Amino acid sequence: MKIQSTEELEKIRQEYSTRLYYPDTTKVLVGMASCGIAAGGKAAFEKAIQDFPDGNGVQIRQTGCIGFCEVEPLVEIAETGKPRVIYQKITEDKIVDVIRSYLENDFKKTKWILGQVRDPRSLMEDHLENPLREVAPIEKIPFLEDTPFYSNQVKIALRNCGYIDPDSIEEYIARGGYFAFFRALLDHKPEDIIQIIKDSGLRGRGGGGFSTGVKWATCARHHGERYIICNADEGDPGAYMDRSILEGDPHSVLEGMLIAAVAIGSNHGFMYVRNEYPLAVKRLVTAIKQAEKYGLLGENIGGTDFSFNIKISTGAGAFVCGESTALMASLEGQVGRPRAKYVHTVEKGLRQNPSNLNNVETFANVPAIISKGANWYAGMGTEGSKGTKVFSLVGKIKNTGLVEVVMGTTLRNIIYDIGGGVLKKKKFKAVQTGGPSGGCIPEKADAYSCPRPPETGSSAPVM
Amino acid sequence: MNKVSPSTTEPCAEVEIDYLELDKIIEQEFDNDKENLIMILQAIQKRYNHLPQPTLKYLSEKINVPYSQIYGVGTFYATFSLEPKGRNIISICLGTACHVRGGERVRERIKDTLNLDGKHTTDDMRFTLEGVRCIGCCSLGPVMKVNEDIHGRIGADKVEKILENYE
Ligand SMILES: Cc1cc2nc3c(=O)[nH]c(=O)nc-3n(C[C@H](O)[C@H](O)[C@H](O)COP(=O)(O)O)c2cc1C
Ligand code: SF4
Ligand code: FES
Repeated sequence: MKIQSTEELEKIRQEYSTRLYYPDTTKVLVGMASCGIAAGGKAAFEKAIQDFPDGNGVQIRQTGCIGFCEVEPLVEIAETGKPRVIYQKITEDKIVDVIRSYLENDFKKTKWILGQVRDPRSLMEDHLENPLREVAPIEKIPFLEDTPFYSNQVKIALRNCGYIDPDSIEEYIARGGYFAFFRALLDHKPEDIIQIIKDSGLRGRGGGGFSTGVKWATCARHHGERYIICNADEGDPGAYMDRSILEGDPHSVLEGMLIAAVAIGSNHGFMYVRNEYPLAVKRLVTAIKQAEKYGLLGENIGGTDFSFNIKISTGAGAFVCGESTALMASLEGQVGRPRAKYVHTVEKGLRQNPSNLNNVETFANVPAIISKGANWYAGMGTEGSKGTKVFSLVGKIKNTGLVEVVMGTTLRNIIYDIGGGVLKKKKFKAVQTGGPSGGCIPEKADAYSCPRPPETGSSAPVM
Repeated sequence: MNKVSPSTTEPCAEVEIDYLELDKIIEQEFDNDKENLIMILQAIQKRYNHLPQPTLKYLSEKINVPYSQIYGVGTFYATFSLEPKGRNIISICLGTACHVRGGERVRERIKDTLNLDGKHTTDDMRFTLEGVRCIGCCSLGPVMKVNEDIHGRIGADKVEKILENYE
């Protein structure tokens, strides 16, 4: 079925929103991003399927990343009319007991439990009532939203990660997905979309921190076949936010690219993914096929004369291919050596045509901004950096994880409040931000207590 | 059958190239399109564990790209290898997050276990050991990948047990 109007999209949203929040059987969600799998999530998933085969009153499903890496494998269990509970460190030897205990309303084994959910809605679902509003909470179990790890976070780019099955476009639509794209396509003029993105203050999350709206406007001014390219090369060691978004919510990136395509006037998109991310590629392939099936990619999208397709290309292990000119050379099947940028790639990029390159996280923010408006986004953050940024907390820190915080949150706040401090309560020495291109920041440095990142939009400082 | 053994003067004389299959990869999966060169090479490497020279020559004519350029791409990108590799590829992460959690110690242990002194591939071609930069599972550091399987939180003492599973 090809979706031709917002009404048709709304029909799918309603049907799957009900299934998402009021499942007809007990729903067990196992975190299955590649790191969740490596931590034992897949073994637990398979064990659960074996013991609770289909039609037994329990459905076992996969989901992406909820960000608390430290306590993987993570499992969430939900049932209509009952609290949604997130369980931690659930390996294959425990999962069956955990499911049984949930079915029997037995929540005594508190060390299995990370917390209960107060409100599962995303920021795109304000019009819904909290599906858990009439559910009596479990006593003595903390709400996830109150724990320091989560209470300091605002999830925009990660809005669906860990809540939906990444292989289900319907669940993405259920959470308000593709409405922003339809609005951009049917209700806005291209220059209005660009203005909204400019006004929002969104800056590229890939390292350069350049204004996304200004970049789009510049690309749109140049003539020729224009391209939208997504940079999923994620080269900095220690950074895995782009992978988590692609593995946990691939449609958010596709929708961001679609909106950029409408704004800039492009019919061809490219995804450049590192070859170290095979699962991200697999989920993207599935997502693109589903979007094509619903007519969200392809010819005459939404009954208009707008057409757009997306091709996935993989890299082959060269850090430098994250750089724009090298990336485009690599997309052409050539050696990925950066060239001097006398002429910018927005004018002459891939195949010498105007090419707009944005990072995964940048694109994932776009649908939320179109839905909620420029002022909403610009209302968060600091003077020079608006919105939120996803960080990965790794190394010798207590709570390793993937967190999204408002721009201007201090490193101290991120490390101690969210991260729980240095491992084994040792003394803090230094933190490295932004990969090899970043720096090591000792405790004494101003940058440590100062809101980060100062003027760039990214975890990596300007190079 | 269209199976051809390259002449013994080729460096990888023992590999038999299935040209029918190669055609299928180049034409059907990748539309004979030179922009897909990197992905075609990946497919060849996946099939043969390395890039056998005859396939590169064949590919050059097929998609009309000079051999020198194909060779250039094959040597520029870290994932490609012109030399035969072992049946199982161990990639040990040497990224920052794994490094601070002891990745180097794990690598030393693997080298000891497999007798890899000054070489990357075991004599029986069972394993090739490579260092890679971050594979994005940093929170589980130290991390190693064997073929497509990611193993996280590995202590040096777990190495042997994991490797036993790969023939
Ligand atoms: C050596 C080098 C490596 C880079 N690696 C990446 C990367 O892995 N991912 C990324 O999004 N941007 C990377 N960049 C930045 C890109 O060149 C480009 O600025 C960015 O993708 C633009 O998207 P944005 O405006 O949405 O940030 C890199 C830049 C350089 C110079
Ligand atoms: S990033 Fe962390 S929380 Fe997310 S899937 Fe990976 S291990 Fe789990
Ligand atoms: S640094 Fe090892 S997986 Fe990221």
